[in-house]
Amino acid sequence: MNRSSFIAGAVRNIVAAAFTLLGLLIVTFIIGRMLPIDPVLAAVGDRAPADVIAKARAEMGLDLPLYRQFWIYAGHAVRGDFGESVLTAQPVISDIKRVFPATLELATSATLLGVLLGIPLGVAAAVWRGRWPDHVARIFGLIGYSVPVFWLGLMGLLLFYARLGWTGGPGRLDIYHEGLITPVTGSILIDSLLAGNGAVFADALRHLVLPASILAFFLLAYLSRMTRSFMIDALAREYITAARIKGLSEFRVVWVHAFGNILVSLITVIALAYGGLLEGSVLTETVFAWPGLGLYITHSLLSADMNAVLGGTLVVGCVFILLNLLAELFYPVLDPRLRRTQR
Amino acid sequence: MSDVLALDPRSLRFVKSIRDLARNRLALLGFILIGAVILAALLAPVMAPYSPVAQDLANRLLPPGASHLLGTDELGRDILSRILFGARTTLKIVSLVAGIVAPIGLLIGMSAGYFGGYVESVLMRITDVFLAFPKLILALALVSVLGPSLDNAIVAIAATSWPIYARVARAEAAAIRQAEFIAAVRLLGASPARILLRHIAPLCLGSVVVRLALDMAGVVLTAAGLGFLGLGAQPPTPEWGAMMAAGRQYLTDQWWVAAMPGFAILGASLGFNLLGDGIRDFLDPRRNQ
Repeated sequence: MNRSSFIAGAVRNIVAAAFTLLGLLIVTFIIGRMLPIDPVLAAVGDRAPADVIAKARAEMGLDLPLYRQFWIYAGHAVRGDFGESVLTAQPVISDIKRVFPATLELATSATLLGVLLGIPLGVAAAVWRGRWPDHVARIFGLIGYSVPVFWLGLMGLLLFYARLGWTGGPGRLDIYHEGLITPVTGSILIDSLLAGNGAVFADALRHLVLPASILAFFLLAYLSRMTRSFMIDALAREYITAARIKGLSEFRVVWVHAFGNILVSLITVIALAYGGLLEGSVLTETVFAWPGLGLYITHSLLSADMNAVLGGTLVVGCVFILLNLLAELFYPVLDPRLRRTQR
Repeated sequence: MSDVLALDPRSLRFVKSIRDLARNRLALLGFILIGAVILAALLAPVMAPYSPVAQDLANRLLPPGASHLLGTDELGRDILSRILFGARTTLKIVSLVAGIVAPIGLLIGMSAGYFGGYVESVLMRITDVFLAFPKLILALALVSVLGPSLDNAIVAIAATSWPIYARVARAEAAAIRQAEFIAAVRLLGASPARILLRHIAPLCLGSVVVRLALDMAGVVLTAAGLGFLGLGAQPPTPEWGAMMAAGRQYLTDQWWVAAMPGFAILGASLGFNLLGDGIRDFLDPRRNQ
């Protein structure tokens, strides 16, 4: 009985995600058709005779009704065929495969940092409400919600790289360290460790620390605020009073009884924030010349390379949808209450 | 006739709530910051010491000093003057986005909440699809197709930020739909359009305004981000994000070119955040923790 309701919920979530994916495809399809340039004229030139234009139009499938065109487009996109990039003359999908690990490395390190700092800060703010940890969390929150990420990045580069020389500059590695290790996982940190190359590892870390910290700061601002409000709710519950009356230590009450119960909601928040970081990396990667998906999308934008832009948009959108879905699917697994009750 | 001075309870409550709002010091700070941005936008021609577009190549990249309070940029233009005029660009974006997004979201959300059933599932499905999108990236893709310009940036931001208003309005409308006064109005023979616009819309407006106030900081940041990437206002229009992008290559030696516009963006979005929090706490004291 429990299992069947769980499966029914999962199926409903998967169907909803599939609908969203269809919506994503429709929107990128429409954006692609909104191009002010006629792709046929761009291919054959505007002096081509009418029959050549008509033939090219038929070859590109543009004489078909719109729903057929969409069907073909969706079929290609689902198989990962986003067309060729004008800029690199490569299939967009292989470009994305090349740049995606850099973004993944940046977003993952930022998430780790943000979670490790943001959650304790949020818990402290809830436990010592109205006292200084709460004020610190509030100030971080306000700045995090108000400061432009690209400005913070530039100022960070100015201070820590140009003036103090504590961190590496733009890019993932200094030029004389580039190409020394063969990519295995795509993460330079892991690859250099696998190759046992300490110098490259140190250099990669020096370059990663600033952009990752800046992205982590935004996650910290968001997570500490969410953690605080979840914890305030949890600490006001009756089972907390009961635990205190039993004489449990305050540490146990806060971290086991209260925090244990908000963990489920927090994991959902973190999953969604992780998707947000992939997006936030567009501006961060531009500032730090970090060769990831964000920089790829902006470069393609500025040279009107629409296949690449729409391919990148689709990939980021899919990651979003997937993270949403995972959060929904894991929710009942992690929360025993949802496992038992039939919704 | 005689007691003109005696305030009726309603206006007394109004005076009291204004006082409450003013007592919230953070909200007051937000009010001052936004007031400063509006003042700068209105009085830019009077306040600005120089023209925002006049180039003076002999005095390019001057550090902040007596003649140019915030220094000059790579074309010798006065940065302070450009920041003051830039407030106009920012306010134009913010007010146009709010003006487009609120009515659209309200209409979609209200219709979904009021009619329910099939209408609701279709409208909310569309809304969810847009909500699931990475907003900035979708805005980027839209601007790149429409062509980079200030107006297109506004369209792109609006196109990606209406869904949350639809959500908010739907929740309100779905709750109001059951109310007895709606049944009464319906019995009187009011058309659905009249019920929606005259009876439901005013009641949804409160939540939508709170949402708007909270979102405007995000709009300021997105607009600045588009400008920074070269997809917003085009030169020589003074726009804070674009000014920073221009200052990027002089970062190490002439830091003020990139730094100063950032303070303006920070001030404007902080102001909207504080004001939004204040308005929310004011209209919905339950959430004030």
